[in-house]
Amino acid sequence: MKWIISKNNQVISLNEIPVLGIDELRNEIIKQYKTDKRVVGFFGCAEYSNVRLYTILADDNKSELLISSVRFMAGEKSYPSITKDISAFQMFEREFYEEFGIEPVGHPWLKPVRYSKNRFDKTQKIENYPFFKMDGEEVHEVAVGPIHAGVIEPGHFRFMCNGEKVYHLEIQLGYQHRGTESLFENNNNFAPHLAESIAGDTVIGHAITYSNAVEALLNIKISDKAELIRVLALELERIAVHIGDLGAISNDIGYLMGNSVFGATRTLVINTLLSICGSRFGRGLIRVGGVAFDIDIELSEKISKTLDKVLKDVDKMTETMFSSASVLSRLEKTGTLSMEKAKMIGLVGIATRASGLSLDARADHSWGWYKKFSFDKEILESGDVFARTHIRYKEIKQSMNIIKELLNQIQDCKEDILLVKSKNQLLGNSMVVSMVEGWRGEAVHTALTNNEGQIFRYKIKDPSFNNWYGLALAVRNNGISDFPLCNKSFNLSYCGNDL
Amino acid sequence: MLEILLNIIFLLTFPFLFIGIINKTKAFWAGRKGASVFQPFYDFIKLLKKGEVISTTTSFVFALSPSLMFASVIFAGLLVPVFNHRAILSFEGSFILFAYILALGKFFSLIAAMDTGSSFEGMGASREASFSTLVEPAFFIIMASIIALSGNYTFQSLSLILQNSGSFGYLIIILSVFALFIMMLVEGCRVPVDDPNTHLELTMIHEVMVLDNSGPDLAFILYGSGMKMVILASLIANLIIPTGLSLFYSVIAFVGIIFILAIIIGTLESSFARLRMTHVFEFIFTMSSISLIILSLTMISMNKHGG
Repeated sequence: MKWIISKNNQVISLNEIPVLGIDELRNEIIKQYKTDKRVVGFFGCAEYSNVRLYTILADDNKSELLISSVRFMAGEKSYPSITKDISAFQMFEREFYEEFGIEPVGHPWLKPVRYSKNRFDKTQKIENYPFFKMDGEEVHEVAVGPIHAGVIEPGHFRFMCNGEKVYHLEIQLGYQHRGTESLFENNNNFAPHLAESIAGDTVIGHAITYSNAVEALLNIKISDKAELIRVLALELERIAVHIGDLGAISNDIGYLMGNSVFGATRTLVINTLLSICGSRFGRGLIRVGGVAFDIDIELSEKISKTLDKVLKDVDKMTETMFSSASVLSRLEKTGTLSMEKAKMIGLVGIATRASGLSLDARADHSWGWYKKFSFDKEILESGDVFARTHIRYKEIKQSMNIIKELLNQIQDCKEDILLVKSKNQLLGNSMVVSMVEGWRGEAVHTALTNNEGQIFRYKIKDPSFNNWYGLALAVRNNGISDFPLCNKSFNLSYCGNDL
Repeated sequence: MLEILLNIIFLLTFPFLFIGIINKTKAFWAGRKGASVFQPFYDFIKLLKKGEVISTTTSFVFALSPSLMFASVIFAGLLVPVFNHRAILSFEGSFILFAYILALGKFFSLIAAMDTGSSFEGMGASREASFSTLVEPAFFIIMASIIALSGNYTFQSLSLILQNSGSFGYLIIILSVFALFIMMLVEGCRVPVDDPNTHLELTMIHEVMVLDNSGPDLAFILYGSGMKMVILASLIANLIIPTGLSLFYSVIAFVGIIFILAIIIGTLESSFARLRMTHVFEFIFTMSSISLIILSLTMISMNKHGG
């Protein structure tokens, strides 16, 4: 057996995971890619002096996860790169190389992912990042960051331009690397708070991903009501961020009306989260075993009323915005990412759905309440900034419908307990993969436990990890002055990538 | 004497009010209360009190440029007729000096931006230069047409179009107002050409050129660009206001038109997205094509009237 078949949130024993030779695994991966599998996890794990490399492929059609592994002995310091054949592995292989020093030979783009901390070779520094160089009379480089104007996260962007036209953009991140993954090890009791801080804009998304993983390992089932509130919060987060993004996109093209209307509307949504759990970003709501705050009848009516108003405002504003020629001329055919490229580099989330790929973990790898109803993915095909903007509007409407449905059902389970307390130990010697479609895309957490039931490896993949390279491809051959707009249409997380 | 005094007061105070009114209009459309219309003036005072940071990579050009730019704008302002269509300095061909004294100031702000060695500022300078080169010929074609029509070689010609052009007079005035309005948006770096509010260096044109300036230098740069807009707005007002009004009505009409222009700009900025950089050229070309239409209308009406 070359792969063990698992599912989202399903615990498997580490002993059951096949150990292949690297060449065998490499061929297997290439074979699986021909039948539309894609990588969601590719990470190493120290085992005494050896390194075990786990590979997780997702089969989105069958809602399955294929897991396999390779063991590198202490002396083995290289293997033939997979990226040569499958570009989607480029970030994963770079990350693996950086952490364990096992070189993917033939990797076209073996650059550092993050800085310091758990890098095997500590001599690599920011000063010697191997940037590409471009020569030519008209060619010039524009370096932006790592410190930017405005209050945003640090990241360095280097444009290779001919006049106003961008030939290539190199994105160098890693400034915020803070060793998040290692902090999850050894069952820390601050782990739920930590999960909420993986990416500040996906608090609920990551908190649910973490909780789902740990609950699977604890072998507990949370109540229907807790499940419902989780989904409701996740969709509220999606609505809030999407509306905020529509405002930010308006701002970047100098469309002030959109900026002010969407800005005001977003506040209504995050204030709804505030009235549920006391935090506008949903901190403290999701806990292992369920949720920490209830939604009573009064509150559910209030939520419903607020959302009606939000929907009305958003409908009206987007209608005005999308019928304005000056707006459309900025959004359409800007920063186009074709479906082929999106598929090639393994793009996920709204960005990939805007490029015509049908990928939504809520439907493909559903959990909890999402299993109970049929789910139509919102997909657009043009792959430009307009598509990424428009898809946000469509998803806002979709999430509104989901929440309406949830609020109707919340009465049926009002007797349920919110938080299941469990005295169980985590299952030992096990692995669980948890996938949640946050607003940006799928967050994937993989937890591995040792014999004593302690988490000894916790792997996080924020959707930004897949998508940053998509941004670099999207701005090629665009005007450099359109970069901020393209950037905002992806709206990726720096800290989610840097971990 | 009173006129000169009023003229100078107008030139010195209206740059603040003009920008203040634009911002207030934008706030109104955004549903905000907005800052006071005197805020640009408070900002000016605030900047004057601040210290200055000058990059060590810059040379004397950088230190010289803000004062030169401001001097050029204020000099250009003296050439423009304000109330009663009379300028403080007026002589035949003054519009040529007007255009080039402004160009001199711009030239220095361009080389000062390049002087900093920042790739952003170089980019901004190249954008500003390419837009200006397109605006300049259009401005001269319009001025030349108007002068040919009115037979007066000073800026006073702006108010004399109707007397000599017969049936095309109003059409030429409307077209000239429109063309000069575009010029005002380009030179003043307003939406849809530039976004004065953005924090995104990569999309800026004018703002990015003054990124390195601070304190009093920045105060005068901002003051100067406000004044430049007021001067261009004055040209438009001159086109619209008929001759022969008493000083009192002339002042009221003039100030009214300036305020209306500021409100129009604010409304435009609230309802349109700014253009994609490559489309800005097309926007400026509309000014060029209008100027050519004005030129042909002028030639036709001069033939008719045996001019």
